[in-house]
Amino acid sequence: MLNNTDILETIKMIQEENLDIRTITMGISLLDCIDPDIDKACIKVYDKITRAAENHVRTGENLEKRYGIPIINKRISVTPIAMISAASAAPGGNPVKFALALDKAAKTTGVNYIGGYSALVHKGFSAGDSELLKSIPEALFETERVCSSVNIGSTHAGINMDAVALMGGIILEAAKKTSHNSCFGAAKLVVFCNAVEDNPFMAGAFHGAGEPDVVINVGVSGPGAVRAAIAKAPDASIDEIAEQIKRTAFKITRMGQLVGAEACKALNVPFGIVDLSLAPTPAIGDSVAHILEEMGLEKCGAYGTTAALALLNDAVKKGGVMASSHVGGLSGAFIPVSEDAGMIDAVKAGALTLEKLEAMTAVCSVGLDMVVVPGDTPADVISAIIADEAAIGMVNNKTTAVRIIPAIGMKEGEVLDFGGLFGSGPVMAVNKFSPGRFIGRGGRIPAPLQSLKN
Amino acid sequence: MRAVITVIGKDAVGILAKVTGICAGEGVNVMDVSQTIMQDLFAMTMLADISGLKTDFGAFSDKLKNLGADLNLQIHVMHEDIFNSMHRI
Repeated sequence: MLNNTDILETIKMIQEENLDIRTITMGISLLDCIDPDIDKACIKVYDKITRAAENHVRTGENLEKRYGIPIINKRISVTPIAMISAASAAPGGNPVKFALALDKAAKTTGVNYIGGYSALVHKGFSAGDSELLKSIPEALFETERVCSSVNIGSTHAGINMDAVALMGGIILEAAKKTSHNSCFGAAKLVVFCNAVEDNPFMAGAFHGAGEPDVVINVGVSGPGAVRAAIAKAPDASIDEIAEQIKRTAFKITRMGQLVGAEACKALNVPFGIVDLSLAPTPAIGDSVAHILEEMGLEKCGAYGTTAALALLNDAVKKGGVMASSHVGGLSGAFIPVSEDAGMIDAVKAGALTLEKLEAMTAVCSVGLDMVVVPGDTPADVISAIIADEAAIGMVNNKTTAVRIIPAIGMKEGEVLDFGGLFGSGPVMAVNKFSPGRFIGRGGRIPAPLQSLKN
Repeated sequence: MRAVITVIGKDAVGILAKVTGICAGEGVNVMDVSQTIMQDLFAMTMLADISGLKTDFGAFSDKLKNLGADLNLQIHVMHEDIFNSMHRI
């Protein structure tokens, strides 16, 4: 018989510490939907998604009931649309048509977001890429549930600075077009270095070319449970804290593995990966910043934050790896500012700055995420922020990303409210000196040396 | 197939009877019951065989949840696998 303490611990983690499965994401390949006639291609895309994901949401809801654990999001990721739209790029082939088809498919299947309005341009632009990039602001404006991402660099290829230069303007335009709606277009757009092909998290999810036809990837969560575990031992040494985080991460990940495996069984789809993640929400008690503060920092952003985050990120992975048969995605702690109550407080208190966030991204999953900057931030400054972040990813062999929202019409200190899981972001200060000439040069940053590491 | 039913809240007369009453009505066989008082909270866990369940799992779970709401208790019904996978290697 199961032990009472274990049963009550699980219930407590779910009920009081906001433990949940953050997302079950179905990856769907659209490579067989390519057609020189864009309208035909869009019909194929819609049909394939609605066929493959017909029972996706219902299966998730059944599993929620069965295991008594909330599954917050059911989502879909698809092959980067630039690969599909390349074949239909002839005159009249506006790629936004694909975005509309994706949006319609998302609504039919009942998922809240669909990712993959994407292009991979880390080494250069192929047919379809430039058209897609240019169409991103319009696509995000015209659709409700479509998410977009662009990979502009990698450790093996270096950084495509032409794409970096373009993305600054594209982000700004996406924000401007949606300024009536909290500039939300920019919140659905991620710029990556070393993007992964099996990421279940939005807005950066897409279904890589090396993936199976249809696959299920799971993202777990549970910052509250980790914080509570650390709080139980206020005088513990750092070693003990690391051990405690590993144990909690193991339990959280096991749950993701179980739910993922059961979803695959029910849907008759192969199991992809579990993303060993700590994904915060704006709810009280669901914050990564509060874990760092529980470790002994007065506020997230104080000196010591990078070290504490490095410890947290590593321990989460070590605990999670044994709990899952296949690990992948972004795997690590997320630090999206607007989605984390502790981060929001830290920014408002002046403890957490853009520069400190950048340092933190060197040791944790992803990068500058859900960061709100003044609406008058020039495009080349946004491009330069992307370049810095991509350089961290490129040199450290890890994924980094930028999801930055220029708050049109707002100044530093004001708050941009998205509502729901996206929370609200205080507008952060940006360095005023111009990187214009550097960004204007164009070209590529060569791939870094893989030896002589220092 | 087995489920774990947990009841947490303030102790009162007849909780066990009411919960097992619903189980019996739905064709669920209670296999083991244990209860403890944590601080002043009553915590009962039951292991139940749900292979003979007359309705679907969700409906059974909702029924007990509603009973919990009436009695001011938290009642959860969860498949035992979630506990096994979390706490057993």
